[in-house]
Parts: sequence; structure tokens; C-alpha cells
Amino acid sequence: VSETLYAVAIEVNGKRCEARVPARLSLVDWLRDELRLTGTHVGCEHGICGACSVMLDGEPVRSCLMYTAQANGHRITTVEGLAKPDGSMSALQDAFCETHGLQCGYCTPGMLIAAQGLLNSNPNPTEEQIRDAIGGNLCRCTGYQQIVEAVELAARRLREAK
Amino acid sequence: VHRARAGRILALSLRPHSRDRTLKAVSFEYARAASLAEACALLATHGDSAKLIAGGQSLVPMMAMRLVRPAFLVDINEIGALKFVKIEKDVVRIGACTRQCVVEHDDALAARVPLLRQALGWVGHVQTRNRGTVGGSLAHADPSAELPLAAQVLGAKIVLRSAKGTRTLDSGNFFTGPMSTAMRPVECLEEIHWPIWGEKPCGSAFTEISIRHGDFAMAAAAAQVAIGADGRCTRAAFGLGGAAGMPLAFPKIAARLVGTKLEDKAIEDAAGDAAKECDPGSDLHATKAYRRHLAGVLAGRALREARDRAKAVR
Repeated sequence: VSETLYAVAIEVNGKRCEARVPARLSLVDWLRDELRLTGTHVGCEHGICGACSVMLDGEPVRSCLMYTAQANGHRITTVEGLAKPDGSMSALQDAFCETHGLQCGYCTPGMLIAAQGLLNSNPNPTEEQIRDAIGGNLCRCTGYQQIVEAVELAARRLREAK
Repeated sequence: VHRARAGRILALSLRPHSRDRTLKAVSFEYARAASLAEACALLATHGDSAKLIAGGQSLVPMMAMRLVRPAFLVDINEIGALKFVKIEKDVVRIGACTRQCVVEHDDALAARVPLLRQALGWVGHVQTRNRGTVGGSLAHADPSAELPLAAQVLGAKIVLRSAKGTRTLDSGNFFTGPMSTAMRPVECLEEIHWPIWGEKPCGSAFTEISIRHGDFAMAAAAAQVAIGADGRCTRAAFGLGGAAGMPLAFPKIAARLVGTKLEDKAIEDAAGDAAKECDPGSDLHATKAYRRHLAGVLAGRALREARDRAKAVR
């Protein structure tokens, strides 16, 4: 049975990507399976765990809760898009390494997107605001404390760099 | 043996990508509506087999689990005319496809209908509020969802549009049961009118108990009260979520609070009476009796908090 394909043009990490996709292809599956951007992880696949978080037009959303066709004409940033243009880590990513803000790493891409979304709109977040921002992202290595520390460290460095 | 298994796992992971493995929803046709008129025309054409998608934060998981299997999906996310917050004299009008995060961060709106921001503080997470819409939450009509409860407590009006025209329903006539509303398959939610209380000072509160913050509530309560110059209540409204097949408001019980000084005793009586009218369900997380208990406790808490906020205004 042939399925209707829909043409999309989506800007992913600054690059225009064109494709023809079935309507039911979720954004996360397209990013991972078609674009091979496997940094974005698939966890629960129904909007609970936050591992698949990406930025849609600069704001964190869950990419398992969007169909690829819905992203047509929009701008997506995945975890691969957080690094600096030369490929070196962002301040937030460095901070995650330094504070041991990850253990198994499965939740990390989602945590980074959620935390970066917070820092973009709030350069001086309180601990409560950080915890709220990552509240939709599950970590099963119980690493929340160090993740909060990582975001605090990155926020401080980004403020000092300004 | 281990090496053989590892080899097999590697072979599987290197297998060329097969789409059938990753497509969770049933196959459907998709159209992005450019206008409300186009969305209504598509609904009129496809009838029962079509489904509207707004933020998709509830619909997409239900489609992933194949609990919902639309043949045709009408996407209203790109309709700019459905995204607005307009403050008028007695009412705030919110377009159905307005994102929850927009409502949450609107200070002018929060000054007039504070219950909305208070309710949204309990709704999902940043990522889901960035995408989820006000109208979508109402149309989904989960009995424990926060925005439907706020709509019931404030007596919001819901404007529905079809190819044939519009009609406006009171929230009390909009919600009909668990995940069901009076919306016809050919209708699209267009806007919601949230009443602004003229009485001053006025206070409101929203509270709930859930397993984890952001999860659906086991029970939720919302209240709004106004207090006159003599310290007596001039207007009161409150309601409970997760306590029946749909969010409930208790206008008759609330009316009994008018004229009182909203003493703790009067509030406890009202909360207790409301809890008696509830008909919660039992599940893995909470029994019917426990949910009823929570309903009474939370109704009292919301009313006291609303009262204290109203008093703090003077």
C-alpha cells in the first residue's frame, strides 16, 4: 500500500533540508533516521521523558509529539546545533562535562536543549527556575543535582563573558 | 554466545532503515489549513473521519498508541487568526490556537484573569506549554486537566465555528463527559471568552495533587472570591477537577459563601459539601474514597488561598 508523501522544507541547525515524508512520520524519527542526527534521543515516544527535546523556532518542544510535516517552513535546532561553528562545545556543554552533569547520557540531549532554552530567555536563573525548566526531562541516573550545577555554572560563565 | 549475540545486534542496528518500524500512528492524510474557513471546509468534507490537530500534546500520544485513528488530520497550527489575546472591558478573548506559554507570560492578562496563569503553573512542562494550546486543552476535555477546570469555575464561553456559522456555548454546556464535549465533528473551536470580575478586591487560587509535578492531577481545585468594603464576600466561585467525568463548578454552594466573612468554618462546610457531590473514579494511583477526600481538602485550600489573596489586595 503506497502512502501519500508530503514535501517539506525545514531548516535544521541552520541548514535547509528538503524531504518527502509520510504524514505520520514523527519529527524525531525524521531527524534520526533520515538526517542521521542521532544526538536527539527517543525515549518514551509519547511526551513524558523529554529525551527528544529540540528547539522549534528557538523554543524547546518535544519532537516525538510533532509530525515532520508540521515542521515545514520552521527552524529546528537539535543538540548537534548547540556546539560552536568550529565544533567545540558550548559553554553549557562544557559545564555538563565539568560538573559531571551526565552519567549514562541518555537524557543529556534533552537536558541540554531544555537548559539552553532557559538560558536564552533568562541569563540569571534561580535554582528553582532551573529545576522548573528541566522538570519535563527525566534522568534515571539520578543526576539532577549535578545537572542543576551545570546550568548554574554555564549561566555564570555566560554572564561573565558578556 | 555473547559474541554471536553482539554480532546479531550490530547487524540489526546496521540494517537499512525500514519506515514500518518507526511509524507508530496509523496512516492518515494531512492538510495544513491556511485559514479557519479552510479548516471548516475540510472538516465539512471529511466529517467523522477527520480530526483537528492543534498543539498535539495529547492527540499525538493517543495516535501513537492507536487509541485515535483519524483518516485525515487537519492542522490548524499555522492559522494566525486563531492566535491572540484580546483584553476587553468585561472579558478576555483568547484565540483557540494560542500557545499556553503565551497566556502564561502575559502580565496584562494575569492582572485581569489571574486564575489562568495560576492554572497553567500546573500544566505539563515548559516543552509542552510551548506547543500546547488553550483551545486544544478544552477540546481534549480531560476530566483532570487544569484549563477546563478554570473554564468551569469562571464560566468561560466557548465559540465554535463550522462552515455553516458560529455558535457560543457556556462551559457548562460544552463539557459533556470524560474526553467528550458538545463539539460536532464539523466544528472548530475558534475562541474562548474568559470573564473579568469587576468586583474588587478579588483573589483566586489553583491547587492540585499529582504523583509528580506536571502530571495529570489526582484531584485539583480552583477558586475565585471577591470581598466587599465590609469584609464580607460579594462573589464566589470554585470547582474541582479529577473528581468526576468532567471538571465541576459548584455555583449553588459558592452562592452560600456570599455575605459571609469567608471564615475557615464557612469554607470547610462549602468544601465538604462539594466533595459530597463528586463522583471520582478509582485507579492504580488513588481510590474513589481517597480522591473524594483530596477534593474536599483541596477545595478548602483553594478557597482559603483565594480569600487571603483578596484580603492582601486592600
